[in-house]
Amino acid sequence: MGAEHLPASEFDIEELEQSLVTSDPAAAPPLVQLMAPDGSVREDAKYGQYAAHLDGDALRAMYRDMALVRRFDQEATALQRQGQLLLWPPLLGQEAAQIGSGSALKPQDYVFPTYREHGVALTRGLELSKVLRLFRGVSNGGWDPRESNFHLYTLVLAAQSLHAVGYAMGVQRDGDDAVTVAYFGDGASSEGDVHESMVFAASNQSPVVFFCQNNHWAISVPTEVQSRIPLSNRASGYGFPGIRVDGNDVVAVHAVTRWALERARSGKGPVLIEAFTYRMSAHTTADDPTKYREAVEEEKWRERDPLLRLERYLRSTNTAGQDFFDQVTVEADKLAASTRADVLAMEAPDFEDHFANVYGDPHPLVQEELEWHRQYQAGFAEDNAGRAEGEAR
Amino acid sequence: MSNTQIFNLPDVGEGLVEAEIVSWKVKAGDTVAVNDVIVEIETAKSLVELPSPYAGVVSELLVPEGQTVEVGTPIIAVAHEGAEPAAASPQPTAGAQAAAPAPEQPVPNATPEAGPLVGSGPKADPVRRRLRRGSATSTAGTRTTAGDGSAVPSGKATPPAAMHLPEPQGQAQHVPPVPADDDAAVPGAVPSGHRGEAVQAAVSRLLTRVLAKPPVRKAAKDLGINLADITPTGKGGEVTKQDLLSYQAQREAEQAAAPTFWTPRKGLLDNRIERIPVKGVRKATAKAMVESAFSAPHVSIFVDVDASRTMEFVQRLKKSRDFEGVKVSPLLILAKAVIWAAARNPSVNASWVETESGDEIHVKHFMNLGIAAATPRGLLVPNIKDAQNLSLKELAASLNELATTARAGKTKPADMQHGTLSITNIGALGIDIGTPIINPGEVAIVAFGTIRQKPWVVSGEVIPRWITTLGGSFDHRVVDGDLSARFMADVAAIMEEPALLLD
Repeated sequence: MGAEHLPASEFDIEELEQSLVTSDPAAAPPLVQLMAPDGSVREDAKYGQYAAHLDGDALRAMYRDMALVRRFDQEATALQRQGQLLLWPPLLGQEAAQIGSGSALKPQDYVFPTYREHGVALTRGLELSKVLRLFRGVSNGGWDPRESNFHLYTLVLAAQSLHAVGYAMGVQRDGDDAVTVAYFGDGASSEGDVHESMVFAASNQSPVVFFCQNNHWAISVPTEVQSRIPLSNRASGYGFPGIRVDGNDVVAVHAVTRWALERARSGKGPVLIEAFTYRMSAHTTADDPTKYREAVEEEKWRERDPLLRLERYLRSTNTAGQDFFDQVTVEADKLAASTRADVLAMEAPDFEDHFANVYGDPHPLVQEELEWHRQYQAGFAEDNAGRAEGEAR
Repeated sequence: MSNTQIFNLPDVGEGLVEAEIVSWKVKAGDTVAVNDVIVEIETAKSLVELPSPYAGVVSELLVPEGQTVEVGTPIIAVAHEGAEPAAASPQPTAGAQAAAPAPEQPVPNATPEAGPLVGSGPKADPVRRRLRRGSATSTAGTRTTAGDGSAVPSGKATPPAAMHLPEPQGQAQHVPPVPADDDAAVPGAVPSGHRGEAVQAAVSRLLTRVLAKPPVRKAAKDLGINLADITPTGKGGEVTKQDLLSYQAQREAEQAAAPTFWTPRKGLLDNRIERIPVKGVRKATAKAMVESAFSAPHVSIFVDVDASRTMEFVQRLKKSRDFEGVKVSPLLILAKAVIWAAARNPSVNASWVETESGDEIHVKHFMNLGIAAATPRGLLVPNIKDAQNLSLKELAASLNELATTARAGKTKPADMQHGTLSITNIGALGIDIGTPIINPGEVAIVAFGTIRQKPWVVSGEVIPRWITTLGGSFDHRVVDGDLSARFMADVAAIMEEPALLLD
């Protein structure tokens, strides 16, 4: 048979077809970076323009947000260690990836987070302590996602990627100009849900941005064990662009996300952004990273700390002085204190509330069960009254 | 005097129940702020530094370094500095067990005193709720989850020593229920009627598990040897390293010989037939079998038995402290059953005696219970003298000793004389049942097949049960069909329900 290459005419994306022919899928893609770890600015012909609007105020606001969420994260970790939270997944090291991307969103856009997107929550205007309701175990959610277009934390790995695509397909049918963002990690990228959602997003050309924070560790499994090729390269297999961005460069993350959102909003379909970052802390408070990774590696990434980088830039360009940083520290401590107070004041919902969450409208069976429950509880009260009397004697 | 706040050891992982206090970073008298690191603890998962939840002066470290304590145990007392006098906290220094104050002491939620969620996950909520309700309805149902909120305030009101009290309950919830343990907890040996499938499954697992230390287990696995095939000699029926090695040696010898078995060789008759003189045990066995088979007209009967309860009973005995170090097997129950059934059907425990004045039947009012044993010397049937007088534990010990002696080839002739009734266990190699031949001088023998799980109909449903087949051969000169049937039915009844032994 003579034909060695059959024409791949079903691809009408010229650029993509080209890349399929020429590229080595295992080759590392270029890393988009607009600000180097030393705080110096880098040029980027394609994405630089998407950061051009960031003035001093915007950059200071970004730094402030990163500092606030880091302090919040520390306080939550401490609260867990003090027995006030059941569990906490720290975001330490991923502030730029979250604040950078979250700040590029428009109000009508809708975010589907994992359980670590505390920074994105902040950019969506969510009162951060609400996030802790789930981790204190007093709520199955903690906030009304419709108010902030920030969906509830999804603990089932990667399930939210399907939700995001489904929502985006709904947006297409409604004719809205919203984009959904599915946040997930390198670990979740191995889940079937991500594959399915990317297939559907691509075939429907849905307005969804897949934002993968590659923090290098799926609990104890390093990314290279899970994927033989850079995660962003997977996108070409689905037929949409994949970009690897320096996830510790808040400016670059912002720019790339903005580009991806605009592209999706204009009907050109999904984008995969791989934010190359690092989880500087444990997977959760129940994890001990010293058991599976070297301190040397952590040290290396500490030098690329996202806050440090922006601080270097702000100081070296005199965009912000010591006053600013002091003020941020004070504000962060205030946030930590109010967070602590909020957590300690959280009250569990009454058990009866659960009956209200079964059906939208009153339901005779549920009503009957509620009555039964009340009777049952009343039985305890009598029992106890008797017991208290007994003790009193 | 300032109020004191107690910090209870939290669950810093998911579902951890205890932690070791590795090192204190503060000492009594130190001033601490909220989130200052006060102690390093080590859990099953990791080393963790705990930040102080309170600001104040450390009044006491309640747990010394190096000690492992349960989640919820008070570990440090921090005295308030300054404000927040509202929180009614006790002084742990008093030492006296201050009587519990009002059962439900409303705790201000906004202060650090709000109950820490220590060890919260799997706690027994309903129990706590029960205590909490009614006494202070105003706060009922408004506290944090898991009922810990109620445990802690009451804990605060008592000196540290008393604060453990709610914990054991909570701890119990952390332990996954092991059905077999429940069995052990059942008072007496009576299995309690219907049991769930979970119990059945757990029992199956336990029963099929041969005892052996992990290295032996691994070595056996590497060699492709099923531990169950090995005759255990260790304490409590454990397969020892030596057992494994001898088994392996024997197996190797047999297997090594196999390829050349069909090859003609010198020393054989016509180079093809091996001549083995009949002597010793072989000769005795042959003589006894001929004598028995051709003088006593045998009648054999069989019965399938659901031995599941026997298996459960054996498991309980194995776990019981009384039987520690004693090997317990279903054979023990069978032996007991045979003794029991013989008393109800005495003719089976007899002998046919030919005298000058005519034939007689000698019914024995004692039981010298023979146990057929495959030994290096051949088949031997040593018996346990006066087995009717032995308690279950004594019988177990005797069986043990008899088997060990026989296997070591040290059975004395006297051990094999004057038997009155015998048991042969032919199930060891997975055989269901066979026709046993009566030991000469006796009139009955009981054969015991392998016990394995088979489908069995219980209350119209097919479920897996532990089934064995019992066989018996009887000298028809002495024992008629109905008597043998009654005897076997009695034995079977005990195997089905060992509790009947109690009557």
